[in-house]
Amino acid sequence: MLDYDFMRIAFCAAFLVAAVCGPVGWFLVLRGQTFASHALSHVGFAGATGALLLGFSPLSGMTLGALSAGVLMGFAGERTAGRDVMIGLVLSVALGLGALFLHFLTHAASAATALLFGDILGVSRSMLLWLLVLSVSCLAVLAFLSRPLLFASLQPELAEAKGVSIRLLDVIFLALVALATAECAQITGILLVFTLMVAPAATLLRMGLAPLVALAGTIFLAVAEAWGGLVLSWYTDAPTSFWIALIGGIVFLLTCGAQRLFGR
Amino acid sequence: MNIPALEVSHVTLARGGQVVLQDISFAVPKGSFVGVLGANGAGKTTVFRALLGLEPLQSGTVTVQGVPVHQGNPKVGYMPQMRKLVGGQLTGWSMVAAARKGQKWGLPWCGRPGRAAVDAALEAVDAQDLAKKPVASLSGGQRQRLLLAQTLLDDPSLLLLDEPLASLDPARMRETAARIHALAQARAMTVLMSAHDINPLLGLMDHVLYLARGKALLGTVDDVITTEALTALYNAPVDVVRAGGRVFVVAEGGGAALQPHDCTGGHTHA
Ligand SMILES: Nc1ncnc2c1ncn2[C@@H]1O[C@H](COP(=O)(O)OP(=O)(O)O)[C@@H](O)[C@H]1O
Ligand SMILES: [Mg+2]
Repeated sequence: MLDYDFMRIAFCAAFLVAAVCGPVGWFLVLRGQTFASHALSHVGFAGATGALLLGFSPLSGMTLGALSAGVLMGFAGERTAGRDVMIGLVLSVALGLGALFLHFLTHAASAATALLFGDILGVSRSMLLWLLVLSVSCLAVLAFLSRPLLFASLQPELAEAKGVSIRLLDVIFLALVALATAECAQITGILLVFTLMVAPAATLLRMGLAPLVALAGTIFLAVAEAWGGLVLSWYTDAPTSFWIALIGGIVFLLTCGAQRLFGR
Repeated sequence: MNIPALEVSHVTLARGGQVVLQDISFAVPKGSFVGVLGANGAGKTTVFRALLGLEPLQSGTVTVQGVPVHQGNPKVGYMPQMRKLVGGQLTGWSMVAAARKGQKWGLPWCGRPGRAAVDAALEAVDAQDLAKKPVASLSGGQRQRLLLAQTLLDDPSLLLLDEPLASLDPARMRETAARIHALAQARAMTVLMSAHDINPLLGLMDHVLYLARGKALLGTVDDVITTEALTALYNAPVDVVRAGGRVFVVAEGGGAALQPHDCTGGHTHA
């Protein structure tokens, strides 16, 4: 399996992406903002199809689209009335735009499938380099702000009183979510971003571990699930994203079941 | 001369473009235990936010121990009003630890002194037994104890507690108020504690800060909670009724100036 260059690249890419999605997802689930990541992936879709149309790589368009939407969403603020409706509107307009751009593309069907359901075996060396840069910078920023972000997520009023800038953290965090979402879409596709962003994070959060342990744990679990998906897809011919989604769901349910059993 | 723990002079505060408190002045002496009373929307939370440097002053000055207010003063401990729980899966210990130097950049890592500080804060409020449990599984009173432990982390000399008795049953209210009072005495802290109802605080308070109609009145319970003083404050007929060792503030004819919490019209609010 590892004799093939594309498989080695796929394993590297899965590692890079999962290592970011795990901890970013942990904060996302903790803060109850999973819907935001869903919306960002859809804006990323419009960006990716737009970039394809203009002859750029879909990753660059996806990153740019999701990032600008994330920053805007952060500035709009948690407390803005009708925020859910706004996000929903932006989401559907973005998907509509994506459909329009696809309409003008020559290889629309294959491009759409790759974007919607991921194409990890199609990751090129140059894309891998991009993923490396994105992942390292995301993790560095997250490590730098994880302490105030945790404080501000759990107790915004108190954190504000202690001098934490809630708005700044909101914006930076949503920018991180946007980048992680764009990366993740390379592997799982836009429709299955949840599988790597939310499933490992929700599993670890349920265990009630200390935040730092849980954050490290999400990296391990997300990477394990992504690699597990790759291996299974190698042996079964079913798509990687299907396996990642299935493993994520099963691991989460097993954790819940085990907790029931041991009375936690 | 003794510097007051807190001095507010000629302060006007607005929320969302509307003046909430107009030209209020009061000074709280060091070590005083102050009950901040007033109906819903009277401005209790707004005053606390101003004392933390979070609300811009439209006019006037606020000083804490002689120093102008500024955000992030470690000498001021704050317990926000109860809100929707975030991160209920985390243990009580993790929840308290998140507030320990939580404003610093970096990883959420405590270190030995940090762990000791968290343990000491939990011990101070008798919450060691809550440390290992997920916060979502705790009762309202137990959660309040964790929040109280958080306020003690920086060893503050001024505590601002926003409705710490809300969502507790009457017996727990009294117990919690007494616990906070004892803590304040032991650590020589000045405490401002807001509440809907004056009764759980009777006998514990040194002063009352009563907020109504954009004005504020500070004094002892006997001075402030009287028919004359409150009628003047509300600018509407208000009766103070003492019965069975408790105090009720009653609006005549359920006057529009008062919120239901102040009125005992049909129901008592113990
Ligand atoms: N975030 C806000 N934006 C605009 N107005 C607010 C906000 N929070 C409170 N207010 C208004 O300020 C007034 C005082 O509120 P508050 O200080 O929360 O009262 P209390 O804590 O005594 O119930 C109320 O009239 C309320 O409507
Ligand atoms: Mg309030």
